[in-house]
Amino acid sequence: MRPTIRFLDAETVEQVVAEAVDLLANPGVRVHSDRALALLGDHGAQVDMEGRIARIPAPLVEKALATAPHSFHLYDADGRPAVHYGGDDVHFDPGSAAIEILDYGATASRAPVTADFVRYIRLAESLEAMDAVSTALVCADVPEEIADLYRLYLVLRYARKPVVTGAFAVETWHVMKDLLAVTARGEEALAERPTAVFDVCPSPPLLWSEITCENLMDCARYRIPAELVSMPLAGATGPVTLLGAVVQHAAESLSGIVIHQLTEPGAPIVWGGSPAAFDMRTGTTPMGAIETMMIDCAYAQVGKHLGLPTHAYLGMSDAKVVDAQCGFESGIGAVLGALAGINMISGPGMLDFESCFSLEKLVIDAEIVGMAKRLVAGIAQRETPIALEVIRAVGHAGNFLAHPHTRRWFREEQFIPSEVVDRDFRRNWEAKGSKDAWTRAHERVEALLAAHQPRELPPEVLSELESITLRAAQAAGMDRLPPLPN
Amino acid sequence: MGEEQLRSLSEAVIQGDPDRARDLAGKVLAAGADPLEVVETVLSPAMDEVGRRYEEGDYFIPDLVMAGEAMKAAMAVLGPALTARHQSRSYLGTVVIGTVQGDIHEIGKSLVATMLEAAGFQVHDLGVDVPPERFVATTKEVGADVVGLSALLTTTMRNQEVVIEALREAGLRDRVKVIIGGAPASPEWAERIGADAYAENAREAVEVVRRLVRQ
Repeated sequence: MRPTIRFLDAETVEQVVAEAVDLLANPGVRVHSDRALALLGDHGAQVDMEGRIARIPAPLVEKALATAPHSFHLYDADGRPAVHYGGDDVHFDPGSAAIEILDYGATASRAPVTADFVRYIRLAESLEAMDAVSTALVCADVPEEIADLYRLYLVLRYARKPVVTGAFAVETWHVMKDLLAVTARGEEALAERPTAVFDVCPSPPLLWSEITCENLMDCARYRIPAELVSMPLAGATGPVTLLGAVVQHAAESLSGIVIHQLTEPGAPIVWGGSPAAFDMRTGTTPMGAIETMMIDCAYAQVGKHLGLPTHAYLGMSDAKVVDAQCGFESGIGAVLGALAGINMISGPGMLDFESCFSLEKLVIDAEIVGMAKRLVAGIAQRETPIALEVIRAVGHAGNFLAHPHTRRWFREEQFIPSEVVDRDFRRNWEAKGSKDAWTRAHERVEALLAAHQPRELPPEVLSELESITLRAAQAAGMDRLPPLPN
Repeated sequence: MGEEQLRSLSEAVIQGDPDRARDLAGKVLAAGADPLEVVETVLSPAMDEVGRRYEEGDYFIPDLVMAGEAMKAAMAVLGPALTARHQSRSYLGTVVIGTVQGDIHEIGKSLVATMLEAAGFQVHDLGVDVPPERFVATTKEVGADVVGLSALLTTTMRNQEVVIEALREAGLRDRVKVIIGGAPASPEWAERIGADAYAENAREAVEVVRRLVRQ
């Protein structure tokens, strides 16, 4: 059996959904997009164009839920389904989008640049534990106007895995769509076999900014999957009670599904989020707090109840360096998310409230992900009877290593970590330099980067990617794209 | 007027009970108390006590915010009485604060505003998505000592610079100090755009603003 974790009983889930639906009718959602307001009004929502408020009646929510798909795939560069959003399938991708990077051994972080991004994407592509990659860093060496699309350009140059991304403006979404369409060989092909999912974030409480709302509708129109990232901060921009935060998350997410499905019924959409507890001493939003993780698992349960694919930001830490806090917070989050059966868990590599990325942490988190996936694979009965024969055969002599049964099963039974996880005898550990996890991770980062072969794009695709990105850069006042490292 | 009522008013502020604070402020006035004396000997020390409890870790942000609300409720009653007697409360300084244009993130900015009020500053909170002209107009109107600019997005943080530029064009830049904050901001960014200071969090912001008004 697959081990699972549930935080809410069936009755409570119903109550959460009922209250969320009530909230959409009163007080409704504030929507800073005339296009969306008009669409909602046309379909029976009570719209106040002046106050930009849409009161969405319950039947409209039901209608949207009826057309939202229960599952879909993301495809890799070879057109293979690589990620299945649906059921209890669990996948991981690196967290995003960091505006800082932490170098190995450093205590101070710094702004990342193109060379950092290239190292990141090659590393993320190398790590088997990452089922998808993200546009994880915001490069400081390009104008802010193109920061979103530039990340995607770099990802598409180097990676074959599906991409979790997002746009920072209404116009840049379209450039990003063009980049994806070039690599997918056309918009139709991209809609058929999407290679990316776009995060769209409502603002708590109950508000859609123009950018996110337009992004959401554009995703629907082109049938590129959208991932709703509702983020109530419990006690600050949402109720402090964990269940209250789940209600607000559900209301914001349902409003997104209505806008999305009214735009294009049947377009793929994900019930995701990035809520957080609110630290009442410092005023921060700890992503490594146990309450943050509990809200995540609970809203995912609500999403599953509605039959929707799920996502969450977990496996992150608020630590500032790669230390014990970094490990335990990331470990707890990844394990809980996997047990909750969340389809896409974004977070590995991320420190400092979702703002700072560490390549070494990504490598350590890959081990955590390996363990979390092993955990949810569960304990299987490999043979019938379970072990009568092998235990009798070995008898009191006791050496199972010499019985074929051990060699037959150990690879399936055990997750075998890399050398990032130290399981050696102390003497050997000392002989190898008494290295801590951060150092071992750093060595693995360098080894993986040295071995990685980047994606080879057909020349015409490459030149088209370059020219689209260059055009956007030039419009933002940058004559030439930064040189790429060899 | 009894000492008892004044003690209760102090307690209502410290406990963060706006209804009781409003009620008791009315009662002490009715009993003939001098409003300025109430502010200076009861309310200000009560807020100091709240600040002390927060610093020592006994109080948390919601305690602080509710104490601020209680203080405001009491001032809603005492303020008009002060005006009627041509008295005015003394502040450490006047601060205009807001989240810059294009950015609707409120929480960090509001926290800073509350903590500044609690610390004894007069705060004009302009809210979110504030155009540069409004920062300039309010700064002029209230004679602000300090302007606080918040931004949460990398895409809106450059509007902090736009406001500083607007203050300069209006000839106000030399008369006010500018402090910036928000997730993407940093001391380096503050220096680059010509702000006077940066603060990492609300607690630090209070310290920095105290320092700025002393300069």
